[in-house]
Amino acid sequence: MDDHLNVVELRGITKQFPGVLANDQVDFTLRSGEIHALLGENGAGKSTLVNILTGLYRPDKGTIRVNGEVVDLRSPRDAIDNGIGMVHQHFMLVPTQTVTENILLGLDEPRFNMNLSHYDQIISDLGVQYGLQVDPRARIWQLSVGEQQRVEILKMLYRGANVLIMDEPTAVLAPQEIQELFITLRSMIAEGKSIIFISHKLDEVMAIADRITVLRKGKLSAEGLLVKDITKQDLAREMVGRDVLFQLNKVEQTPGDTVLAVEGLKAINNKGIQALRGLSLHVAAGEIVGVAGVAGNGQTELAEAITGLRPITEGRVIVHGQTLIEGNLSGQRRSSHVRQVIDAGVSHIPEDRTHVGTAPNLSITDNLIMKGYRQPPIARGWSIDSLSANTQAETLREAYDIMAPTVNTPARLLSGGNLQRLILAREISCEPKLMIAMQPTRGLDVGAIESVQRLLLQQRENGAAILLISEELEELSSLSDRIYVIYEGEIMGEVKEADPETLGLMMTGTRQEDLVEARKVSQ
Amino acid sequence: MTTKPSLLAQYRNGARFRLRMEPRMEQPGWLGLIVSLGAVTFALVLGGFVLMLVGGDPIRAYAFMAKAAFGDIGVFSDTLVKATPLILVSLAAVVAFRMRLWNIGAEGQFYLGAFGASLVVLTPLLPPETSPWLMIPAMMVMGMLAGALWGFIPGYLKAKYNVNEIISTLMMNYIAVAWNNYFIFDVWSEGGFQMSRQFPKTAWLPRLTDYAAQVPVFRGLTIHLGFVIALIAAGVVWWIMYRSRWGYEIRLIGDNPRAARYAGINIVRNTILVMMLSGALAGLGGMLEISGVVHRLQGAISSGYGFTGIIIAWLAKLNPILVVPISILFGGLLLAGREIQPSGIPMLIQGIILVCLIGSDFLFRNRIRLVRVGQEA
Repeated sequence: MDDHLNVVELRGITKQFPGVLANDQVDFTLRSGEIHALLGENGAGKSTLVNILTGLYRPDKGTIRVNGEVVDLRSPRDAIDNGIGMVHQHFMLVPTQTVTENILLGLDEPRFNMNLSHYDQIISDLGVQYGLQVDPRARIWQLSVGEQQRVEILKMLYRGANVLIMDEPTAVLAPQEIQELFITLRSMIAEGKSIIFISHKLDEVMAIADRITVLRKGKLSAEGLLVKDITKQDLAREMVGRDVLFQLNKVEQTPGDTVLAVEGLKAINNKGIQALRGLSLHVAAGEIVGVAGVAGNGQTELAEAITGLRPITEGRVIVHGQTLIEGNLSGQRRSSHVRQVIDAGVSHIPEDRTHVGTAPNLSITDNLIMKGYRQPPIARGWSIDSLSANTQAETLREAYDIMAPTVNTPARLLSGGNLQRLILAREISCEPKLMIAMQPTRGLDVGAIESVQRLLLQQRENGAAILLISEELEELSSLSDRIYVIYEGEIMGEVKEADPETLGLMMTGTRQEDLVEARKVSQ
Repeated sequence: MTTKPSLLAQYRNGARFRLRMEPRMEQPGWLGLIVSLGAVTFALVLGGFVLMLVGGDPIRAYAFMAKAAFGDIGVFSDTLVKATPLILVSLAAVVAFRMRLWNIGAEGQFYLGAFGASLVVLTPLLPPETSPWLMIPAMMVMGMLAGALWGFIPGYLKAKYNVNEIISTLMMNYIAVAWNNYFIFDVWSEGGFQMSRQFPKTAWLPRLTDYAAQVPVFRGLTIHLGFVIALIAAGVVWWIMYRSRWGYEIRLIGDNPRAARYAGINIVRNTILVMMLSGALAGLGGMLEISGVVHRLQGAISSGYGFTGIIIAWLAKLNPILVVPISILFGGLLLAGREIQPSGIPMLIQGIILVCLIGSDFLFRNRIRLVRVGQEA
């Protein structure tokens, strides 16, 4: 291997944190002009490694070479001076300022007099060069998430980054935006940049990377595998340390009575725009029904409307033949609906685990009793039986494998996977008749995804009706008995067997009845 | 693995060290007490230097202050009298702050509570010869109702129209004072003085000194039944907060309102109810003060208790039980302060203690470690 081809070379990186060996003798090389994926479960040490490379942490042992020379990176500024730039998963942009202003923020030039139009031109040229078109005069809040990400990338390119570290760049993007990002990444490679791509999504990594390095529990599990030589199964094994079943055991069973019926649902979103336009669907007992769609087509509003969190202007939500929510045109918020829905045996796995699903500073116990504190044995008259609450919490912690020192630990100290298990434990333990699951596996690693999906299938076998709203097509097709496709607040159609092409067409707004014609046209 | 040489040995070998702070993952219960005690000690040492600077003898000054507040049973009784209204207004703040309702109107609710209690005696709703067994409870109920009303208004405005409660409760403090002034300057004024006539004995909370005839030791002890009521109130608030379903809802809303809504909790109703409970507690404080100490309605019944209560609530980390000892400490400071100097040094020492206590919160949340330069982990 020619040394000069390695833009970045990490050798024997070791980093000890109190109680954890975050990196143990990790080697990593980035060749010029490649996309090298860094793969690993949550807590495998990916973040520590890139934080060392961007100067946020200093390694206990090991050397860092950039373009063949040993460097000492003491701060992010040192890193960028060496041409290493990082695009964070959560953007660091000022919403009210323009693209150009954000890119120039913190730089020495321009000084007092900002000749903005001059810089607008430079940034616009830079965008054209790398296929990162974005209006330099637009304000950040006006941009889509994908465009904001481009601004982050441009920021690094403008600062002279030669090596770009992308931290889970697809986590916030819609499927088409991911495709656009991939095109951009390839064009940057063509321009001579090198990219470290951090992810735990196997499909994406297989699609974009040239080589893959896998970390497991702080150690190197596989270094620099060529993508063309390996399979997804191999990667999953390297990540988790055991074989992962991508084929879930789904028992054949005939659905029972209709549990949820939604009729002509209309609702508006937070911006006052019609988000649901007369949507109807139904779910039967013992059935998982998927809702597929590109993010932002009314999925969030649908879940909120069914669970009573969002007022509906028209239509009805019927659970077990009983009309729980009826639209009224004033669209007034009635919190009593949420209670009614909960009391009707509907559980809800919300999209936003930290902001909706849990209370961060309350204990695990307090979080687990959120739905059950009104009924005995936890409720005892006006008071809460803390003894039985704790017993129940202990049982659930065991059964759902929530990793925490005690049930009194505040929820904010739990990792994403554990938080999701806490929510599932709460929502499943009340033996729901109907479950609204919104993106239940988002942001989880392979092992956790598998366990969440198993839990859902188990609920299906127990005869629960499950409405699964997800953006992961693969997950939808492996779990669901039927799949509805949602587009701009309407159902485009319903399929039993998902084939990506049909789904794709419907997800972009073709109605099922028009599909045949659309095919003809495309041929 | 080789064992690490001790820090001292490393230092002798020329290693450089620096202090590093990191957030604490866990905050054990005893830590709060230790840190707070440490902060108070530190504040007293600091205050001692200032005393020396102005030519005083810090040891003597402190001894005098301690004696003035806690020295004998007589002054300690006075300290507890001072602590009584502080406990109630602090509990009022604790209840509201738990739900992140920034009720800074305890001062006004305190005044209104005094007014409500006075209504019973001065209107009079009950004749002066009514048995204290009826009179006192009636005054308590009216005081709490009036305080609750003063909490209901901003609570309703907040819940229905999202009116900022900080502004509304603050403004309503002024209204409450002016409202009381109207009555003491005009309606209930006694011979043109800016105070009402004295309440009949039946409206007085029993004091220990009232039993001096039977138990001579009680002579001069002004502590009244209100202190016991305040202790009971602290216990009740603790029970509500940590043992009741309602308290669970309050804590859940306070920590994450979106999660509370998702759990089917009625936030509008709770906002109003919590503001009313908060107002009722402060109102009870006002009732106890006029029925137990001043025995009439007059101006300046509170020396900013409502605002001191906010500080106490924070120092107690919103723990209703901790409110009690901290209120007693502040009661003692109020009392001892006046003994040595009308203003000046006592205010200064109070200020230093406050700053240190607030600053110590940092040590409670973070820990400081000595690390070797270049080996930071």
